[in-house]
Amino acid sequence: MARYLKPIIVSALLVPWCWLAYRVYLETLQVGSGLGADPVEGLIHYLGEWSLIVLLSAFSVTPLSRQLKWPVLIRSRRLIGVFAFVFVVTHALVFAVFYAELQWRVFLREVIERPYITLGMASLIILGLLTVTSTRGWQRRLGRRWKQLHRWVYLAVPLALLHLLWLRKDGYADVFIYSLWAAVMAAERIHHWRAGERQKQSRQTKASVSI
Amino acid sequence: MLIRKPAAIASSEITPEDVYHGRREFIAAGALGLTGLALPHSARAGLQDDDEITPENIVTQYNNFYEFGTDKSDPATYAHEMTTDPWSVTVSGEANKTGTFAFEDIIKGMDVEERIYRFRCVEAWSMVVPWMGIPLSNILSQFEPTGNAKFVEFETLYRPREMRGQQGFFSSIDWPYIEGLRMDEANHPLTLMVTGLYGKDLPNQNGAPWRLMVPWKYGFKSIKSIVSIRFTEREPINTWKQLQASEYGFYANVNPAVSHPRWSQASERRLPSSLFNANRRPTLPFNGYADEVAGLYAGMDLRKYY
Repeated sequence: MARYLKPIIVSALLVPWCWLAYRVYLETLQVGSGLGADPVEGLIHYLGEWSLIVLLSAFSVTPLSRQLKWPVLIRSRRLIGVFAFVFVVTHALVFAVFYAELQWRVFLREVIERPYITLGMASLIILGLLTVTSTRGWQRRLGRRWKQLHRWVYLAVPLALLHLLWLRKDGYADVFIYSLWAAVMAAERIHHWRAGERQKQSRQTKASVSI
Repeated sequence: MLIRKPAAIASSEITPEDVYHGRREFIAAGALGLTGLALPHSARAGLQDDDEITPENIVTQYNNFYEFGTDKSDPATYAHEMTTDPWSVTVSGEANKTGTFAFEDIIKGMDVEERIYRFRCVEAWSMVVPWMGIPLSNILSQFEPTGNAKFVEFETLYRPREMRGQQGFFSSIDWPYIEGLRMDEANHPLTLMVTGLYGKDLPNQNGAPWRLMVPWKYGFKSIKSIVSIRFTEREPINTWKQLQASEYGFYANVNPAVSHPRWSQASERRLPSSLFNANRRPTLPFNGYADEVAGLYAGMDLRKYY
């Protein structure tokens, strides 16, 4: 099973891209048929939604591998994380190319003036840093600090959720589900961290007793 | 019996869809005196030379009608669950003739006109739609509003059984949907009570059996599937203003100079836009109807009364 894990995950992550390619193909046949009446918005929302789903999936790898007692899963964490960033970057690129139509002033003004876009952009920058430093080389180079740096994902995830929440006018069902998902994964981490602290403490008390 | 078909207009008088699409040529021909046919002047008011009618499938499949869900495609998918026959309308407040009326009795014998209007959503997209409808003033006057009637408030049907968006646990909207106009806005000749589009009955997702159309205001003012008309002395609290007063006002006149906090109002994307052509165009003050309606707001600070 472990041998097939990565191919399975890659195939799963390619499904939304295949679906997108199919929709874009329909769109080229007839305007409005593949991506709806507002294709730019349709495309941006599609990519944004998958950005969040894949990001949350990457965020879930560590807790899942612990709870399922399946450490092999950790090996796919970087893969899913990089995929998440590819979604996020494409999401932002589509906004820059098709929405702002490559007018950098329009793009920058939107990023600065619309708080939800500012938040999304902040999340993107963090995820970009994490992606660049996700290689073994950077892991070695940064040593202990690598772990600290990659804790920034705890900021990138809530920023992404706020980005979605803030752009909504009404209808928060999906925002609720995504937030719940993130909260469960965060709760597992807190639980794990506390258990670790308790262990440390009991070891210390034992050590002091033996003295 | 429900009279859905506009009785006073012969089908031969309805402009066919292909004439809509060739409107510019049509108007040019009219200007040259090459044709005796012409749309009534009011039907074209406010249209710009490069305005083209939006395809019907987009007008009927890309809708904001949160009673059926927040996705643009939800209304077209679920609005058929709404019963529009029978349809009664309650008229109340500062008027001599109040009570509950059957929809068909209210519009009986009234002339249905065709108006091609620009339609601008607060989300910065726009369409051009051939509506069929009755000037709102003709409808309101039969109820004989009194001198105390300064505003008119409308209410959308509240029927969660048939309107799944109203059952939603994750919605912060306090149903039913409410909108309102100042009486002079309501009586303005451009303000239309719409009963159809593209020469056909109004589809449920567009607000059957009747909905408002105020072309110089953002789309959310043009309330759909109306069941209540109330004449009031005080300004109604419309749903979006109640929900987020910093973003949505009572007036909601299209104004490129006043941005929504979450998106610019300086320009708009005219649907259908395509991937490689966003079809972006500058937004016009009062959505292009400034000549007709700017006078209604003389002396008002439109930054304050957005």
